[in-house]
Amino acid sequence: MSAHATTYVPKSRFAKWFEARLPIAGLVHSSFIAFPVPRNLNYFWTFGAILMAMLGSQIITGVWLAMHYQPSATEAFNSVEHIMRDVNYGWLLRYMHANGASMFFIAVYVHMFRNLYYGSYKAPREVLYILGVIIYLLMMATAFLGYTLPWGQMSFWGATVITNILAAIPIVGDTIQSLLWGGYSVGNPTINRFFSLHYLLPFMIAGVVVLHVWALHVTGQNNPTGIPIKTGKDAVPFTPYATIKDVFAVVVFFVFFAYWIFLQPNYLGHADNYIPANPAVTPAHIVPEWYFLPFYAILRAVPDKLGGVILMFGAVIILALAPWLDTSRVRSANYRPIYRQFFWVFIFCCFLLGWLGSKPPEGGYVLASRIATFYYFAHFLIVMPLVGLFETPKPLPGSILESVTGPGKQVGSSGMPAGAAAAPPTKG
Amino acid sequence: MAAAFAAFLSAGAASAAEGGPLPHREKWTFSGMFGTFDQAQLQRGFQVYREVCSNCHSLSYIRFRNLEEEGGPDFSAAQVKALAAEYKVKDGPNDSGDMFERPGRPADKIPAPFPNDQAAAAANGGKAPPDLSLMAKARTFARGGLWFIIDWLPFIGYTEQGPDYIHALLNGYKDEPPKDVQVPAGGHYNEYYPGHVIAMPKPLSDGQVTYAKGANGQPVVPETVDQYSRDVTAFLMWTAEPHLLARKSLGLRAMLFLLVLAGLLYYVKKKIWSDVGGETHGLQPELHKTS
Repeated sequence: MSAHATTYVPKSRFAKWFEARLPIAGLVHSSFIAFPVPRNLNYFWTFGAILMAMLGSQIITGVWLAMHYQPSATEAFNSVEHIMRDVNYGWLLRYMHANGASMFFIAVYVHMFRNLYYGSYKAPREVLYILGVIIYLLMMATAFLGYTLPWGQMSFWGATVITNILAAIPIVGDTIQSLLWGGYSVGNPTINRFFSLHYLLPFMIAGVVVLHVWALHVTGQNNPTGIPIKTGKDAVPFTPYATIKDVFAVVVFFVFFAYWIFLQPNYLGHADNYIPANPAVTPAHIVPEWYFLPFYAILRAVPDKLGGVILMFGAVIILALAPWLDTSRVRSANYRPIYRQFFWVFIFCCFLLGWLGSKPPEGGYVLASRIATFYYFAHFLIVMPLVGLFETPKPLPGSILESVTGPGKQVGSSGMPAGAAAAPPTKG
Repeated sequence: MAAAFAAFLSAGAASAAEGGPLPHREKWTFSGMFGTFDQAQLQRGFQVYREVCSNCHSLSYIRFRNLEEEGGPDFSAAQVKALAAEYKVKDGPNDSGDMFERPGRPADKIPAPFPNDQAAAAANGGKAPPDLSLMAKARTFARGGLWFIIDWLPFIGYTEQGPDYIHALLNGYKDEPPKDVQVPAGGHYNEYYPGHVIAMPKPLSDGQVTYAKGANGQPVVPETVDQYSRDVTAFLMWTAEPHLLARKSLGLRAMLFLLVLAGLLYYVKKKIWSDVGGETHGLQPELHKTS
């Protein structure tokens, strides 16, 4: 993918013949085998692999569910119960898929917070980062569409609330709303459209993931020091080092995932969604899934509908501007004593917004939502530009190797611990 | 410290109750990681449903054959066949185009008490009694405070709000409503129903359902509203989640497998990372010259 020559050397005659015509083996080799990985990455850097695993899991379970599901206002709820009761291991497929969405978002939030803490969004990784924001937007759309498909009460009323929000967009809002509804309210054409789009978007995500990985392999990975790889001693080859670490992390994450699937499969959902959709009865509290709650809080913090919609979408869009809002020349918050404290306040603010999103929009909750919304945007628009200008960063280590072994404590000529075996061959 | 934490978690619980007591937390055989259904209880619960609830409430996702499946009430095939045959099921059209009635078969759904929602509403004061198949998962109550942070955890968590609500509702009828509450005609006062006025009259009374006697000629469990409501709630948990036992047993094995695999992978990872070093090729330092 990247322009540089691969170190892959085809051995067999067939491999040589094929590589001359389509150099895909070299591409895989340079991306997933020889690719240099900073040797000091911590486990927060395994969430990319975890997200890949979750995308795969969601697509596989989703394709299987679609074999039994019926996108119809009268049959959708029944077909989901048919899956739960009569399809062999249908309950497992559905619980994996429903909880998989939550696990996907847990992993993506860890990935995003890691990115913000270590300044991974900064040059030269801006495009890589913006592709990530696009993936996040696509994930949100996919998750919303998917949640409407069981056609329970919360599905129906969630769809109604969100499509009404889109109607607030000036000029095109009404058109977008009618196109999504396929009629004059949420109904049978809506569920058909949503099912079609819910099946389409994950493959668009997969496409952007390819670009995201491509961009990653051009710029290389950031690391906890934020300083780039300078020599080969700062790095290890992706395989076996990153491969085994990623596989281990994915399996640990799947222990957590399995706990939800098998032992708390309905905890992250809403009881109301086990009631079939009824346009005549509005649930007492219409609340989105937990991963949307911070944005729901921002939406409701603004008294004006259009203003709320602008701030809600702005809360995601502003992420994409971070590379230019942050004025610091140091990437990692490990070396930024003041910014680091603001970072944790920002994390707290995100959790607070999430909690407020689950509360009714009344009294002190509204005031708190407004303050937290203000702080959310202030973090990007005030803290990021100003702290970068005034803060004195801590001294950076001379190299990644030095940050691992300590300054001036070179162990042997290759930086290996004494007595360690030779590194595995990397030239392939 | 623990007490302070508990107080912190329950902050605001009183306001969440919306002017009524929260359902009491009951002990259920099916709760927790290792929880299972009590087969005898599910059979009694089915009896309560059949003799009482089924007069008004359908159970539309349950077929007679489900009653003989493993992990449920586990009736014998012969019992289920005989039970199904007691019902009349509408079938057809036949070759001459007529609908006809025939005795039920195990593959049939348990027939609903009313032909459609309108008929059910007309016979019940304007509101159709809801289907009970998913009731144990479709009802809950807000516990309030910040309990949600720990309620999903094993051993200390609490996720049986649905069954607790059903049990509390069935025991929550009060003959004398509080003085400041006006109960409209056709309504009934219930402590646990949201808004406290429920259309359903008190469905259960002591001694109403006669359970099978034990070896000594005495009922195995008391024939009281409390016991009936526990039994029928457990039964409704099974109708809502018929594969609960299969799910938990597969889950414990899956998690054990994943934990062992993770343990092995940890040592493989450690071994591989024990010889980090040497030159790595394929670097692109030119991109970073500016930083």
